[in-house]
Amino acid sequence: MTEDVFKVGSYTFTSRLIVGSGKYKDFATTKAATEAAEAEMITVAIRRVNITDPGKENLLDYIDPKKYVILPNTAGCFNAEDAVRTLRLAREAGNWNLVKLEVLGDTQTLYPNVVETIKAAETLVAEGFEVMVYTNDDPIVATRLEEIGCVAVMPLGNPIGSGRGLANPFNIRVIKERAKVPIVVDAGIGTASDAAKAMELGADAVLINTAIAEARDECMMARAMRDAVRAGRAAFLAGRMPKRAFASASSPTEGYIWD
Amino acid sequence: MHIYLNGEERNTDAASISELLVELGMEGRMIAIERNLEVVPKSTYSSAALAEGDRIEIVHMIGGG
Repeated sequence: MTEDVFKVGSYTFTSRLIVGSGKYKDFATTKAATEAAEAEMITVAIRRVNITDPGKENLLDYIDPKKYVILPNTAGCFNAEDAVRTLRLAREAGNWNLVKLEVLGDTQTLYPNVVETIKAAETLVAEGFEVMVYTNDDPIVATRLEEIGCVAVMPLGNPIGSGRGLANPFNIRVIKERAKVPIVVDAGIGTASDAAKAMELGADAVLINTAIAEARDECMMARAMRDAVRAGRAAFLAGRMPKRAFASASSPTEGYIWD
Repeated sequence: MHIYLNGEERNTDAASISELLVELGMEGRMIAIERNLEVVPKSTYSSAALAEGDRIEIVHMIGGG
């Protein structure tokens, strides 16, 4: 059997668990949890440096860009212009071409602003970026983003940081069945069963940050997510049994001792 | 000369981006720089002249989802 790999743009991964690097209590924990997750790709945010304290230690002192694919994001951007600016800077900083585009609608829901997301995606694709795009669980928008040339479409399971699991599993399924590019469930995963469920629906990968970073034991949750993603993927590939309205006996219905 | 560095007004003697980085103690760091909304390529730091009123942004990577 050929190895089951996750291909996105010009990259090939063994791991289908993409992790975020936000919300950890310290960089050492970020590193330990990322290792425990056996992730190969990790998101980072782009922000102003602290001018008054330039010697402060840095995330990338702990997360080695030679070891991990760094996926710069546009978190905090509410319009296309800011998102494009941010990713142009990211490309210059680390020569990173694979990026996560997210343009948000408001601070309360952090739902994507789809109109601005589409605008930014068009510009970034034209500039040669390989764009993994965060979006709503809307199959029509997912198709549009694929047509623009995004290398992966990343529908939310639920709002960022909410940990509520998959609000609309049917849409994730519909998005996946129509897509030619990889589908990554991004945002909303709260625990291992959510990750497994996303993978069972056919998602090519999941992106998880808060569920690991806010767990009481971050590394244990990272391992749980790693295993859940593997189990969900295997179940998807194995092909689940049909759901039936009535029972179907598991033991033979003949040869009873009272017959 | 006065510039705006990461949104704050600053007085500097630096004539170029690379001199500014030395002044800030940031040379060799994994950063990216924007000058008046245009990305400044690393290869041009020493030739990229600073001018009065320039808006400079210096960014780096931090934890994020």
